[in-house]
Amino acid sequence: MSTTLRPETPAQLREAVAWAAAEDVQLELRGRGTKRGFGRPMQTEHVLDLSALAGIDAYEPEELVLTCAAGTPIAEIETLLAGKRQLLGFEPPDLGPLYGGADGGTIGGVLAANLAGPRRVKLGAARDHFLGFSGVSGRGEAFKAGGRVVKNVTGYDLAKLVAGSFGTLAAVDMVTVKVLPAPDKTRTVLVFDLDDAAAIAVLVDALNSPYEVSGAAYLPTAAAGRSGVEYVRKAGVSVAAVRVEGTAVSVAGRCAALRTLFAGRGPVEELHSMNSAKLWREIRDVAVFLPDREKAIWRVSAPPCEGPRVARATGGDWFCDWGGGLVWLATAVAGDGGAAAIRGALAAVGGHATLVRAADPLRAAVPVFEPQAPALAALSKRVKESFDPRRILNPGRMYAGV
Amino acid sequence: MKMPTPDQTVLARRAEIAAALREIVPGEGVIDAAEELRAYESDGLTAYRQPPMLVCLPSTVAQVSAVLKYCRKNGIKVVPRGAGTSLSGGALPLADGIVLGMAKFNKVIEIDWANRCAVVQPGVTNLGISDAVAARGFYYAPDPSSQIACTIGGNVAENSGGVHCLKYGLTTNNVLGVELVLMDGEIVRLGGKHMDAGGYDLLGVVVGSEGLLGVVTEVTVRILKSPETARAMLLGFPTSETGGDCVGAIIAAGIIPGGMEMMDRPAIHAAEAFVHAGYPLDVEALLIVELDGPQAEVDDLIARVEAIARARGAIYARTSTNEDERQTFWAGRKAAFPAVGRISPDYYCMDGTIPRKRLPEVLARMAEMSKRYGLRVANVFHAGDGNLHPLILYDANQPGELERAEAFGADILRLCVEVGGVLTGEHGVGVEKRDLMGTMFNENDLNQQQRLKCAFDPEGLLNPGKVFPVLHRCAELGRMHVHRGAVRFPDLPRF
Ligand SMILES: Cc1cc2nc3c(=O)[nH]c(=O)nc-3n(C[C@H](O)[C@H](O)[C@H](O)COP(=O)(O)OP(=O)(O)OC[C@H]3O[C@@H](n4cnc5c(N)ncnc54)[C@H](O)[C@@H]3O)c2cc1C
Repeated sequence: MSTTLRPETPAQLREAVAWAAAEDVQLELRGRGTKRGFGRPMQTEHVLDLSALAGIDAYEPEELVLTCAAGTPIAEIETLLAGKRQLLGFEPPDLGPLYGGADGGTIGGVLAANLAGPRRVKLGAARDHFLGFSGVSGRGEAFKAGGRVVKNVTGYDLAKLVAGSFGTLAAVDMVTVKVLPAPDKTRTVLVFDLDDAAAIAVLVDALNSPYEVSGAAYLPTAAAGRSGVEYVRKAGVSVAAVRVEGTAVSVAGRCAALRTLFAGRGPVEELHSMNSAKLWREIRDVAVFLPDREKAIWRVSAPPCEGPRVARATGGDWFCDWGGGLVWLATAVAGDGGAAAIRGALAAVGGHATLVRAADPLRAAVPVFEPQAPALAALSKRVKESFDPRRILNPGRMYAGV
Repeated sequence: MKMPTPDQTVLARRAEIAAALREIVPGEGVIDAAEELRAYESDGLTAYRQPPMLVCLPSTVAQVSAVLKYCRKNGIKVVPRGAGTSLSGGALPLADGIVLGMAKFNKVIEIDWANRCAVVQPGVTNLGISDAVAARGFYYAPDPSSQIACTIGGNVAENSGGVHCLKYGLTTNNVLGVELVLMDGEIVRLGGKHMDAGGYDLLGVVVGSEGLLGVVTEVTVRILKSPETARAMLLGFPTSETGGDCVGAIIAAGIIPGGMEMMDRPAIHAAEAFVHAGYPLDVEALLIVELDGPQAEVDDLIARVEAIARARGAIYARTSTNEDERQTFWAGRKAAFPAVGRISPDYYCMDGTIPRKRLPEVLARMAEMSKRYGLRVANVFHAGDGNLHPLILYDANQPGELERAEAFGADILRLCVEVGGVLTGEHGVGVEKRDLMGTMFNENDLNQQQRLKCAFDPEGLLNPGKVFPVLHRCAELGRMHVHRGAVRFPDLPRF
């Protein structure tokens, strides 16, 4: 029978993992469980619930750092930062709705999945803002890495490795992240009715401009039709969206410059405050644009200009963020759910595809994460063993045997 | 500084090893003449010198792979080297090791404008990348002061920063992919032109790994369009405390400048005497704040920063009015190290990071130490991110001064850790801070880092003697001491 262990202190966490390591008991690590469906299905005996390890340890706005327990809800962090007009620069997505939930998850969960929203193109992903942590390895040993200051190269940057490791290397209890000032103003320039190539050209020109674009997405007609923002939904055509953020004068000036840059490409519209924020939240959280619960959902990371071409490989519904470099794609669940078509298209251009949502049988049958070349797969396995030799932490969640 | 004991059996085979390496890298790819080896005996940390057993200069990935494979099979240590500007002794040779010089990997392979990246070989200089993309108005953001000389391979190994990394990030935030050759000769690609590497973020740990995990043979970096305008301000303060306050106030106002540097009185005077940048000489602290972006934004922010500075007690403020003047403002800061080099026979550059609010206390305690050690110190400071570069002035020809300078430096770094900071912000641990690692990390922390090293290089042949104060065998590190049934957790909530 499966038991849930819910440590309330780092010492209890260490005890729990040390016990599991001694007894060869496999653990499923869970924050608030919002992304449980992300990864390969696991059959572990026990659940290690990390949600009780929550709370702010230190917030120093002028130092641009926040230290908190890994189980702290993102919502709580965002409220705290907003009070000092700051934010998490990587714009953590709330994938809860994609999995049918509504909750925003924890900072530990967002880091474990290395999620990043539209601002990735300007400020990087979660890993770029993850400065240090403490936790327990699969050996049951407490350890720490990184630091509590924004600039540090002392020792290996294990925070980067733990970001995106889906709980397979360590059970993290405390994290330090970089925080940034929130922009005064946000505006979005929309360009309508472009085909894929023309849309990518608009995004490339925007991102290659000096206007510090902080969001660059493309919604093909079907996706645009599902937006909650009227300008986008009612357009009846595809929509390319480019965001600028900053001080009032700067944002107005850069918007004007972008409109000049886009002259003659297609009809142009501007979104201000509420509408702009709403559109980018929809893009960040994905679910609105891919509403069909029956479909498999893929997340594809490709060289930005190649995104749409890879997306078209299956004929499924899709949209892209990160200037084309991040494609979200819904496919029919029949057969391999589009795996061969997507990965075949990717092989030619580089990148990787992750089956983010699908029923267990499909996630068990198809590699959820991109299969790796043999030398890299072997290295990844050795890295896993260096942290968790008995494979007790989220075993097999990323790759079989890892 | 204690380095791993040279392996006499390897040294005895020197001629045979040179011949074998010549088979792999023909022509002038192997150096074994004593006078030529001397050119490689140290890096930017010139206090340490050790000629290598041999130097090997491959020019293809296949050669790198074959050399490493051969060295692994024969138990030969390897020290990768770029331009040799490391300030932490990262490229310091070993008496029984070969230096693997990457200088011949000096080509820009591809510039992909549409995907905003450049693919280059590791021996291309940092500035060489910016130069290669400048014609279309692009640049590579991280800009170490050594950028004319240092290589991108060295930057990747050290995760180097520069005066613009507060806004644009360190090397790690600007590298998209690498090709890496492991000690067993296997070639792996991590990342690429896409924006996040799949699987474990091994790219993230390879950046900053100080040449201990693999040899980088290709790097894909992000390139950026240059800002429309950039203007710099000089702000002078009567005390370092008011200067530090001003930095905090600028950030608290939501402004992240393109660069924000601070210098103390000795550094200001040395730089001014060297490059005549027009720095005020009657201030205790000088801030250089650069704002970049669209014209309207820069003008707006300049006004706001000046108002903040006045409110925080600035007694001097000047804004650049043209590009030449902006460059002049920076010239003093960028030449700060050589400038200090002119006022003292030798200097020793430190690199700790502190929480910025502790600056006044750290400077005061450093001044005390300066008295106690009888050595002067000049401070340049990446003020925005709390990264301190105290320059300790000494004379290596005076008996005992180098040792005093080193002891002073170690005390400064211990102080950085004590106030919540770290040993190194951008120069790396190398040999220099190796034995101080224990002030920041306990045995568990260091063992876990070494286990990761074991996953890449189980025999510990790549750059040994760097970063880790005590080297353990991988077999010993991998062992687990478990006591079945002995561990219980009576207090742990269960459901
Ligand atoms: C005057 C001066 C100013 C400086 N200013 C700055 C500054 O502002 N910011 C900053 O961060 N640093 C600065 N530095 C330090 C230094 O320039 C950087 O650390 C730089 O990145 C080193 O590059 P390099 O090519 O000289 O590498 P090297 O010194 O040759 O090597 C450094 C390390 O990288 C490893 N390495 C080199 N190439 C490879 C490769 N291809 N694969 C694997 N490992 C490799 C070596 O083994 C070694 O451990 C300065 C140095 C000097 C002398």
